[in-house]
Amino acid sequence: MATVTFDHATRLYPGTERPAVDQLNLHIEDGEFLVLVGPSGCGKSTSLRMLAGLEDVNGGRILIGDRDVTDVQPKDRDIAMVFQNYALYPHMSVADNMGFALKIAGTPKAEIRQRVEEAAKILDLTEYLDRKPKALSGGQRQRVAMGRAIVRQPQVFLMDEPLSNLDAKLRVQTRTQIASLQRRLGVTTVYVTHDQTEALTMGDRIAVLNKGVLQQVGTPREMYDQPANVFVAGFIGSPAMNIGTFQVKDGAALVGNAQVPLERTVVDALTEADGGKVTVGFRPESLDVVGSGTAGSFQVEVNLVEELGSDAFVYGSLKSDVGASDLSAGDSDQVIVRIDPREVPMKGDTINVAIKPGQSHVFSAATGNRLS
Amino acid sequence: MSRDVTEPAVVPAGVTSTPAPTARRGLGGRAAKARRRLSNPWASGIAICLAVLWSIPTLGLLVTSFRPELDIRRSGWWTVFGDAAAGEGVFTFRNYETALFGSSTSLADYFINSVVITLPSVLIPISVALLAAYAFAWIDFPGRDWLFIVVFALQIIPIQVTMIPLLTTYVNVGINGSFWPVWLSHSIFALPLAIFLLHNFMKDIPPSLVEAARVDGAGHVKIFFRVVMPLLVPAIAAFGIFQFLWVWNDLLVSLVFAGGTPNVAPLTVRVAEMAGSRGGDWHILSAGAFISMIVPLIVFLSLQRYFVRGLLAGSVKG
Repeated sequence: MATVTFDHATRLYPGTERPAVDQLNLHIEDGEFLVLVGPSGCGKSTSLRMLAGLEDVNGGRILIGDRDVTDVQPKDRDIAMVFQNYALYPHMSVADNMGFALKIAGTPKAEIRQRVEEAAKILDLTEYLDRKPKALSGGQRQRVAMGRAIVRQPQVFLMDEPLSNLDAKLRVQTRTQIASLQRRLGVTTVYVTHDQTEALTMGDRIAVLNKGVLQQVGTPREMYDQPANVFVAGFIGSPAMNIGTFQVKDGAALVGNAQVPLERTVVDALTEADGGKVTVGFRPESLDVVGSGTAGSFQVEVNLVEELGSDAFVYGSLKSDVGASDLSAGDSDQVIVRIDPREVPMKGDTINVAIKPGQSHVFSAATGNRLS
Repeated sequence: MSRDVTEPAVVPAGVTSTPAPTARRGLGGRAAKARRRLSNPWASGIAICLAVLWSIPTLGLLVTSFRPELDIRRSGWWTVFGDAAAGEGVFTFRNYETALFGSSTSLADYFINSVVITLPSVLIPISVALLAAYAFAWIDFPGRDWLFIVVFALQIIPIQVTMIPLLTTYVNVGINGSFWPVWLSHSIFALPLAIFLLHNFMKDIPPSLVEAARVDGAGHVKIFFRVVMPLLVPAIAAFGIFQFLWVWNDLLVSLVFAGGTPNVAPLTVRVAEMAGSRGGDWHILSAGAFISMIVPLIVFLSLQRYFVRGLLAGSVKG
């Protein structure tokens, strides 16, 4: 068991201008489950591979415990890694796959057998120990890959999108299994995923990366409630947060026909670079459907209603007298509103919504950083 | 694997007029279609004709080698079948006895020479090429790609050009007249292709497999022996068979580097000599030729599974 520290760790691929990972500073506590999340190409896998020793570190240091492992070979780092495609040795049985690292390390045969059997019991693989990987299903292969890591009893587990090759149902099931297994074993774990749902459900803390730069680190709740900038706000949460840039007038943002009051501190924090504008974000569930004419409410024209049973989401466009606005949520340029699934408006209706007090997120229009 | 995209490509022009229910027929339909297309009676007929045509000389050689000397001179090998039907066919092992153990031919000694030449000439290039291919595939050293191109480009040099300089070198070093010149020459000539082939097979191994082994604590030596080698067995077998057949059947290299010294010359050299000096002794010649053919025949027939699989494995995954 150990802590993991990235100290200004940088990776610059030869022949590229921009570092794949730029000055990453991150401290992971002993026994913590940290999820690295971000869109594809954000440097999360590269960070993990740097920790594994599979990528060179061009600047800064990486420490496991108090030991500087920046230039240490992967085999001497005492880590175990679960790969996206599992990387099982096709010519070895499940038992040999799981015991390979111990065999390399020269552990006595009896002990290997015992540890493999223990791990197989935990993962429900006992009856498959003599099979070859090709005779296993996707979920079983995934468990063998996990088993290979567990048997090692390493200081750190590294997992590189281990669930992305499973079907949706198995993924949800395995997600909880991995999380509870990690809590039980108490091994420091770094987990890479592009799926923010996985990140929110599994991690003790989440680190969001974008374009090689760390955006924010925090618990799932913090990430959801207090996103540090526009990128994190838009990335975390499903459906995505509604985010738009609006004019500021008399200490309030003009959202459609409504005036959303801003706090004093926010208005004071505006600079010239913002050009009298501010970026406001609010989650679909932060909106209340209200009667028309309510103060601070704005109109949304319903384009589509998505019913999920427990919830219903309205996808609509903002109606505004002051010209088109750029309010959007995620990839769609529509406003998403969560509504009571028993009172669903028709397509083409117009509903009045208001932001619940204290549930709006205000960011600088120029820098994208949080103001409120 | 989008079926709908590949489908139109395999439908010939004449069939496109039929409305396409192809998507609905699914995998079973596709398999049946492939079978129909591949089992064209004309194509099968032509293939059988070719196979028969190509086998007739060998068959003739086989039959001839079992006939008495007098019969060989008097009539063609095909008359045997008529004679045998009439109960007059005569077969004998005399030819083989003379060829193998006769004082003037003694192919048995040359047979052993052939074995002694062939085995190291197969093992040396495979071992060296495996190590080189591993380095080219998985160790990142400066100038790697250039060196690889250079090694592969060595294929361009015709082996005939290298013979005189090589022979001079062997004589200067003083190993001329032993098996070493033949072993070394065969290894030298085989290496570029061996490295290239094995490198391609090694590159097909998923990188994450090697990375997993590295994280599991294996160094290059252990990765090579425990992970890469077992996965390359089909490729090694394929190249091994290829090289074995090439070396066993080779005349040029062994004639140049061992032709002058009968105690290291292989079968092929001796049989070629017999064809020249004993052009008349068909009975011994046919037996000798068949003795030199029998080993590659057995090797190929028993291992052709690996051979075909090895050739295909590089192109088709899974």
